[in-house]
Amino acid sequence: MNIHEYQAKQIFAKYGVPTPRGIVANTADQAVRNAAELGGKIWVVKAQIHAGGRGLGGGVKLARSLDEVGEFASQILGMTLVTHQTGPEGKLVQKVYIEEGADIKDELYLGVVLDRAKEMPVIMASTQGGMEIENVAHDNPEKIIKVAVDPAIGFQGFHGRELVFGLGITDPAEQKKFISFASKLYKLYMENDAEMIEINPLIKTGAGDFLALDGKMGFDDSALGRHPDIEDMRDISEEDADEREASRYGLSYISLDGEIGCMVNGAGLAMGTMDTINYMGGTPANFLDVGGKANAETVAKGFEIILKNPKVKAIFVNIFGGIVRCDRIANGILEATKMVNVHVPVIVRLDGTNAPEAAEILKNANIPNVIAATDLADGAAKAVAAAKGE
Amino acid sequence: MSILVNKDTKVIVQGFTGKEGSFHAEQCLAYGTKIVGGVTPNKGGQEHLGKPVFNTVSEAVKATGATVSMIFVPPAFVADAVMEAADAGIELAVVITEGAPVRDMQAAKAYATKHNMKTIGPNCPGIITAEECKIGIMPGMIFKKGHVGLISKSGTLTYEGANQVCREGFGISTAVGIGGDPIIGLSYKQLLPMFEADPETHAIVMIGEIGGDLEIQAAKFIKEHITKPVVAFIAGQTAPKGKRMGHAGAIVSGGAGTAKEKMDALEAAGVKVVVSPAEIGKAIAEVL
Repeated sequence: MNIHEYQAKQIFAKYGVPTPRGIVANTADQAVRNAAELGGKIWVVKAQIHAGGRGLGGGVKLARSLDEVGEFASQILGMTLVTHQTGPEGKLVQKVYIEEGADIKDELYLGVVLDRAKEMPVIMASTQGGMEIENVAHDNPEKIIKVAVDPAIGFQGFHGRELVFGLGITDPAEQKKFISFASKLYKLYMENDAEMIEINPLIKTGAGDFLALDGKMGFDDSALGRHPDIEDMRDISEEDADEREASRYGLSYISLDGEIGCMVNGAGLAMGTMDTINYMGGTPANFLDVGGKANAETVAKGFEIILKNPKVKAIFVNIFGGIVRCDRIANGILEATKMVNVHVPVIVRLDGTNAPEAAEILKNANIPNVIAATDLADGAAKAVAAAKGE
Repeated sequence: MSILVNKDTKVIVQGFTGKEGSFHAEQCLAYGTKIVGGVTPNKGGQEHLGKPVFNTVSEAVKATGATVSMIFVPPAFVADAVMEAADAGIELAVVITEGAPVRDMQAAKAYATKHNMKTIGPNCPGIITAEECKIGIMPGMIFKKGHVGLISKSGTLTYEGANQVCREGFGISTAVGIGGDPIIGLSYKQLLPMFEADPETHAIVMIGEIGGDLEIQAAKFIKEHITKPVVAFIAGQTAPKGKRMGHAGAIVSGGAGTAKEKMDALEAAGVKVVVSPAEIGKAIAEVL
């Protein structure tokens, strides 16, 4: 789960990670009141969406008067912001964050992610703040300092020294401030079961202070149960409605661009099914894992969600029955076709436990829309042909 | 011969009396697995499925001599269960549970490694040595005895692969579902040399997916150390970037961990890489 910048900064503040002062607003009037409350002469009006690259897309504006705050806030609120991370459809801006202007001397980068190879969190820092870290990693990998921290010992002095000397921070007072900043960030990463934190840019002010000018955080979904305060920060308007609807039924769904709807048990086989359709010259319309409990209700729900997509010309149901017997799944599919009006051809491949019985059930039901397949290759080929109207 | 488990392996079940634990323990017993008991706190002294129940893993190990534990406890208790098993001298923990927090697994795996305990999973179908010992939730009947070893991040792709191998007239020595979480126990790199050393295994099927770099590490290892033929499939060639594809670890982040880079690395290591899982059986027939 991801959260907004203003929410990440609330967590930062709780842990003493310095940020500029700011207040979130839903309307332009509120934005002006927030700016007045913050005081000062310069404010930044920032669109709150779950995507990076907001500045280039026109979602971050510097205001030099309260009038400008109001003007920019009304421009940004309600706009559909398109950045390189939102996809071409963009994201609707519903909140702006009004922040006091900062005196920027240097722009740095600081992040914490899980290093899957080392199996521990790694702190990443760079002097190339304000740039896409993936681009820095690609073009100037030596400009990224990586310090892995073993949770068994926690953040130690040497981790901090590796960071500041790596970044070329030489003033002892600044070193102390940066190390304190990084150690607090590590602490909040661990204590909140974060999956990633990214501060880009982290700035050094003229006075030699370090501030988180931006803040991005993502969390381990499996650990949200023990962080109700973070679960409360969920913004459902940022999530795909169909994906959410699917997850309520224990289905894992992701929509794609193609024409063949897929319903599969198991995430690996679901991906493998998409790959096979592609290999045979078709295009998958979605990823859908019905999980270990494929029954009439979940299959019906799956059909319903797949068919919401008007591009879908055929559906490939690919189930490898293990503990769940195929004859039961076959009956579930028949039930589901009664519950949902399935107007496209449905290619059904059921393999594994009791597959011959399942094939018999489908054959006897004799539904014109339902086409039986013998294996994965056969099913994918039939689905591709059906989508082409063959 | 086989790897890690066989007909003599003594197994206990943590979370023995729960719904999932009971159901699958019963299936494993029916398959012939030597389940010698189970652990459920506060149910020690009872009998379940005709086997003794213990309050702690340590008691269970002392009383039964079990060396392997199959773990079915709820996600929040997985780390505790794995560490308890390691502490009690279990040699291999097979963690079936899905949804354990990453931070918990990090700590549990570090502790297990310190105690020389191997771990399989979490979020996996388990391990099966065909017609001898099934420790997990896979349908036993599709694994006919034979000479192909199988390592897979995905449960149903394990079944798909095994089924094709058997339909081509070959069989399985041992199949291991290693799970698709960001931090897992045994991986390709540890399992490949076991199959290389096993005289009963003549070829290896390796099924991977997007995310992380375990398959890249495997490719390097295969190039230098594996002489037996390897067939590989990597799921997620058509997966969009930045989206988590069902498994917690199946995500292309920052452009890294794509199917293409993994397939290229494996191909360069001399592995027969197939583009669709439908080709696994045929590919095995070609290399054997």
